[in-house]
Amino acid sequence: MTQDAPALEAFVARAGGQGAALAETGLPTRRVEAWRYTPLRTIAETAWQKAASLSSETVGALLDALPLPETGARVVYGNGQLLSALSALPEAVQQASENVSPLKGVFSATLNAALGAKGLDIRVPAGTDAGLLTLVSLCDGQDVSTHLQHRIVLEEGASLTLYDVGAGEGRYIANPRFDIVVGKGATLRHVKLQRESLSATHLAIVSVDVAEKSEYDSFTLNQGGSLARHEAVVTLGAAHAIAHVNGVQIVDGQRLNDLTSMIHHAAPDGSSRQTVKTVLSDAGQGVFQGKILVDRVAQKTDGYQMNQALLLSEKAQINSKPELEIYADDVKCSHGATVGALDDEQLFYLRSRGVPEAEARDILVRAFLIDALDLVTHEGLRDLLLRSITS
Amino acid sequence: MSDFLKIQGLQARIDADGTPKDILKGLDLEVPKGEIHAIMGPNGSGKSTLSYVLAGRDDYEVTGGSATFKGQDLLALDPEERAALGLFLAFQSPVELPGVNNANFLRTAVNAVRRARGEAELDAVAFLKAVRAETKHLSMSDDMLKRAVNVGFSGGEKKRNEVLQMRLLQPSFAILDETDSGLDIDALRIVAEGVNSLRSPDFSALVITHHQRLLDYIVPDRVHVMAHGRIIHSGGPDIAKTLEKQGYTQFLEAAA
Repeated sequence: MTQDAPALEAFVARAGGQGAALAETGLPTRRVEAWRYTPLRTIAETAWQKAASLSSETVGALLDALPLPETGARVVYGNGQLLSALSALPEAVQQASENVSPLKGVFSATLNAALGAKGLDIRVPAGTDAGLLTLVSLCDGQDVSTHLQHRIVLEEGASLTLYDVGAGEGRYIANPRFDIVVGKGATLRHVKLQRESLSATHLAIVSVDVAEKSEYDSFTLNQGGSLARHEAVVTLGAAHAIAHVNGVQIVDGQRLNDLTSMIHHAAPDGSSRQTVKTVLSDAGQGVFQGKILVDRVAQKTDGYQMNQALLLSEKAQINSKPELEIYADDVKCSHGATVGALDDEQLFYLRSRGVPEAEARDILVRAFLIDALDLVTHEGLRDLLLRSITS
Repeated sequence: MSDFLKIQGLQARIDADGTPKDILKGLDLEVPKGEIHAIMGPNGSGKSTLSYVLAGRDDYEVTGGSATFKGQDLLALDPEERAALGLFLAFQSPVELPGVNNANFLRTAVNAVRRARGEAELDAVAFLKAVRAETKHLSMSDDMLKRAVNVGFSGGEKKRNEVLQMRLLQPSFAILDETDSGLDIDALRIVAEGVNSLRSPDFSALVITHHQRLLDYIVPDRVHVMAHGRIIHSGGPDIAKTLEKQGYTQFLEAAA
C-alpha cells in the first residue's frame, strides 16, 4: 500500500466524507485479477488534484482537433465543469435529478463515487426520438483528475444516439461514469471516441440496464491515452433485451488500451453481440476482457463474442481473456479469439500491383478493422470514427 | 533491343520447414521486346517459383545468377518498383483480400503505378470510365467491382480479375502463371484475347502453362521446356504440339 500512498492519500483527502470505500479498497495492484493486465502503478505515485477551469482558447483548440458532427446537439465539459456557453441539449431531452447507487467492486466506479462531479443528468420522454447528442469531455492540466457522473434514462419507446468523446492535453486522469437505463422498447446508440492525451489515464465505467425489448447498441474506439480502460457492465434484466458491446482499439508507442466488459443475461430471450478488434504496433499493449454471464432463468439467450488482434510488431502484446459463465441449459453462446500478423501473401499481392509497402499495410489494417467499424449503425458517426483512425 | 528480360544462371531456394530446398538451378532465359514466350514443364519443375522470383516475393532466396529487365537489376528492386517498371504477374491462385473493395483496390494500384511512372493520377470518374470499358471487354459484371478483392470469386472470375488488372496497369512485360488452369473454353478465349490485345512491339509476355490448349489462342514466338529448375530445351511454337502428343520424356532424356 505504500506505493499507493500519494495518489490514494490525495484522493481520499479530496473526497472528504465520501472517501471511505476508496480508502478501504485502495488502488488495485496486479494481484487483483481484473487489473492484472492493466497495472495502475503509473498513477499511484502522483497526488492528483482537482483540475482548474479551462480557458476558452484551450477549449477552442481542443475542439478544433476533434472529429465532431456538424449537426445535432452538443454538450461540452472542460476539466469536469459544464461549459454552458457551448452546450445545449436536444429539444426533446429533459433535465432530471436522479439518485444513483454506484456499482460495487469495480475500481473505476469506486473512484468516481468518491470524487464524482455532476455531469449529464437527462431523461428522454416516452416515445420520443431525441436524435443525436454529442458529449465532449475535455481535460488539460498536469497531475489533475476529473470524475464526471452521467445519468441517462430512456423512457419507454424513446431513442437517442450519444456520441461520447474524450480528449485533452497534458497528464491527467479522466474517470467518467455513465449510469444508463434503457426503458422498455427504447434504443440507445452509444458511440464513443476515446482520444485522450498520450500522457493521460482514462478509466471509464459504463453501467447499463437494458429493459424488455430494448436495445443498447454501443461501439468504443479506444485510440488515445497512455493507459485507457473502457469498462462496460451491461445487464439484460428483462426478456428480449439486446446489447451490442463492440469496439476497436488502436495501440502504438508504449501505450496500453483496454476494453473490459461484463454482459449479464438475467432474463430469457436476450441477445448480446460483441466484436472487438485491436491493432497493435511498436510496444503497444492491448487488453480485452469480456465476460458473459447467463443466469439460470435466462433461457434462449443468444450470445456472441469475437475478439481479434493484429500485431504489427514483435514488441506489441495483446492479453485477451474471454469468459463464459452459463447457468441456463438452453442457450446459444459462441465466442472466438484470434491473434495474427499481416498476411505476407496479401502484402505481396498488393505490392506486386505497384502499391508501396506502407500504403499496402494501411490498406490491410483498414480491411481488418472494417467489419467491426461497419457495426456503427449511425453512418455519420461511422465516418467520423474512420476519419479519426486514418488521421 | 535483345536484353529486354535477361536471366542468367538464376538459382533460388525456399525454406522448407527449416531445410533449404533448391528450386531454380541455373536458369537461362531471354525474352526480347515485343515477343511472347511460353514456358511448359512438368509439375515441380520450378515454373511458379520463377514467376515469384521475378515479381519479387521474398520467401525465395536468390542464391546465384542474375535477372535484368530493361537493363536494370530486377532482383535489387522491391515488388512495387518492379510493377512501376512495367512488370506484371498474373497469379495462378490470386489471394483473397477480405475488407478491401475491388474497385478501390484497382484504383489504388493504377494510381500508385501512374504516380511512380510520373503520370497524372486518375480521378474517380476517369477511373470508373476506364474500368467499365475493360470489364465490358472481359464480360465481367459490375458486381465484381463492388465486392472484396477475389472474395467469393469463382476460379474463372479470379482469372478475369487478374487480366483486368493487367489491362489497367498496362505493363510492358506480363508473366501469366497458369492463367488457363480451371478455365472453361469461353473464359480461356476471353483471357487470351486480353493478352493478345496488349500485343505490340513494346509488350512482351511469358506464358507459363501446362497445356498446349492456351497456346492455340495465344500463339507464342518461342516455347521453352523447363525441368528440374532449368530451361532444358527451346524452340518454335510447334514444340508445344510435340509435348502434347509425346509428353516431356524425350526432352527429359535428351537433357539427362
